Amino acid sequence: MNRVISLTDIRRVFSMGDQQFAALKGVSFDVAPGEFVAIMGASGSGKSTCMNVLGCLDRPTSGSYLLDGVDVGGMNANQLAEIRNRKLGFVFQGFNLLARTPAVENVELPLIYAGFQPKDRHVKALAAMEMVGLAGKENNHPSQLSGGQQQRVAIARALVNDPAVILADEPTGNLDSSTSAEIMTLFTALNRQGITIIMVTHEADVAAYAGRRITFRDGLIIGDTK
Amino acid sequence: MDFLQTLKIALRALRTNKMRSFLTMLGIIIGIAAVIAMMAVGSGARHVISQQIASIGSNIILVLPGSTTSGGLRTGSGGAQTLTSDDAKAIVNECPSVETAAPTTRSTALAVYGNMNWSTVVMGTTPELLAIREWGVAAGRSIEQQDVDGAAKVCLLGQTVAENLFGSDDPVGKIIRIKKVPFTVIGILDRKGQSPQGQDQDDSIFVPLRTAQRNLVRTQRPNMVGAIMVKAKSEDLLGKAEEEIKALLDQRHRITNSKDPDYSTRNLSEILAVAEQSSKAMSLLLGAVASISLIVGGIGIMNIMLVSVTERTREIGIRMAIGARRNDILLQFRAPHHDRRHYRYNPRRGRRYSCFQSALLADAHLGRVGIDRLLLLGSHRHFFRFLSRQKSSFPQPDRCTPLRVGRPHVQR
Repeated sequence: MNRVISLTDIRRVFSMGDQQFAALKGVSFDVAPGEFVAIMGASGSGKSTCMNVLGCLDRPTSGSYLLDGVDVGGMNANQLAEIRNRKLGFVFQGFNLLARTPAVENVELPLIYAGFQPKDRHVKALAAMEMVGLAGKENNHPSQLSGGQQQRVAIARALVNDPAVILADEPTGNLDSSTSAEIMTLFTALNRQGITIIMVTHEADVAAYAGRRITFRDGLIIGDTK
Repeated sequence: MDFLQTLKIALRALRTNKMRSFLTMLGIIIGIAAVIAMMAVGSGARHVISQQIASIGSNIILVLPGSTTSGGLRTGSGGAQTLTSDDAKAIVNECPSVETAAPTTRSTALAVYGNMNWSTVVMGTTPELLAIREWGVAAGRSIEQQDVDGAAKVCLLGQTVAENLFGSDDPVGKIIRIKKVPFTVIGILDRKGQSPQGQDQDDSIFVPLRTAQRNLVRTQRPNMVGAIMVKAKSEDLLGKAEEEIKALLDQRHRITNSKDPDYSTRNLSEILAVAEQSSKAMSLLLGAVASISLIVGGIGIMNIMLVSVTERTREIGIRMAIGARRNDILLQFRAPHHDRRHYRYNPRRGRRYSCFQSALLADAHLGRVGIDRLLLLGSHRHFFRFLSRQKSSFPQPDRCTPLRVGRPHVQR
């Protein structure tokens, strides 16, 4: 069966001095293309650690991680950077846009690192911004945009490289409920176009938009409902 | 991602932080300007000091006649009359390290003006002597070569003599008698004060050499002089000049046993030692001041680099999350500081420099004069080594976990 993500018995242990803390104690799940997955759990349950592993930002202590059929475990830092660039798109809680850079250039950033020519970059970035409903706001700086609009810029930035998966880490955490609903509607619409989304959240109503909910507790998956 | 792209990003970062970029630049510019200015002021001061010491006579050699024995009594140094003004001419012409030489005669005589009289030292000399001693005239004119050639009966008065003979009157143009010979006063010398030995140098009269030889000093032969004052081209050439003079005079005076010459040379070695010490102290002072300013400037630059990295950790995180490699990030931070030649010739080599070092390279590039001086001081190697040792403790962007950026820091 076709799998975008395949985690098998992932463990992640942090050492603080002589103390050891296991954030993930053997996590396994698969994600099929086109799925919309919500990862839930209380703080400290391991969901953010799992997200870091999924995003190739952190390496598991043990276990295997196949992304789009490729084993990520044996890759060096530069290969991982390329994976992040081509296969993954990130949406963060705090938007994480470059403050003094116009929106469209924020969206262009991944393309710069992917080696696109300036003209192609601009065209692709404008298309992505239109997809998230921000046509006409290209030259606004993040400070001139509302929270919801900033998050849309971040989503456009995640989309612009046509990634295999979009990873969203509490994308609505900094937004009020109506803006949250807008963003979730956008995610749902994107998902209907066939984009795979994995989202971390601890709000049940936000998770309700997702087709599948994985619940973490103390470093283990305790629930996986479709 | 190519270098041009990185450069663009870096330039944009500079543009968006205009004020900080400007202040940083200003800091570096002022720092380097301060070092250069310090060096310039320092070398100026050193020059002035060495000039002042030279005016006391640090580069002067005195050639005196040897002793003679008359009736079983040895007269001591300067007793014999062996030096001639031709010796002085020969010294100037044939010793390359010698700038000028002035033959002098010296006698004690009574000077009379009206009803006043004053016993003083009368020096017969050429214009060069006053030049060697850097002694100008306060009024009237100095002795000129034609006065010497024509044996003119003119004289220059020291301040003490002028006061004692004329009081408040203007002596220039008046006629005084020295050893009953009338002399026209053509000028008054500047006040020179006491010599290091406590002699009043202003208590003297200067007359043209030939006038003195004819009218004031009794000599065995008409051309005899009492001493020759020689000025070397510089303090460093003093020893060489002395050797050249000795060789020349040995030849001219047909001295076969160089241990028993009919002349002697002296230099003011005590003053020379002072001059050397003060120049050494000056060098030390300059070196210390320059290295302190450079260290302070260097710390300033380190701070700016550190601030720029910590302040932009967030940006680094974002960039890495969307696929920047660590080299892209490093290049971006280095690009504004990077000496482009390193990149063009050897891109690999560029990577080995830490941000501190590349900033320093840029500095060296900007303020070449200051750094050149430092190279002279020989401290640069240690400075660079010190910096490269610091390299490992420099926060490296790739150690940040980008997803945590902008969120409370999670300790591993």
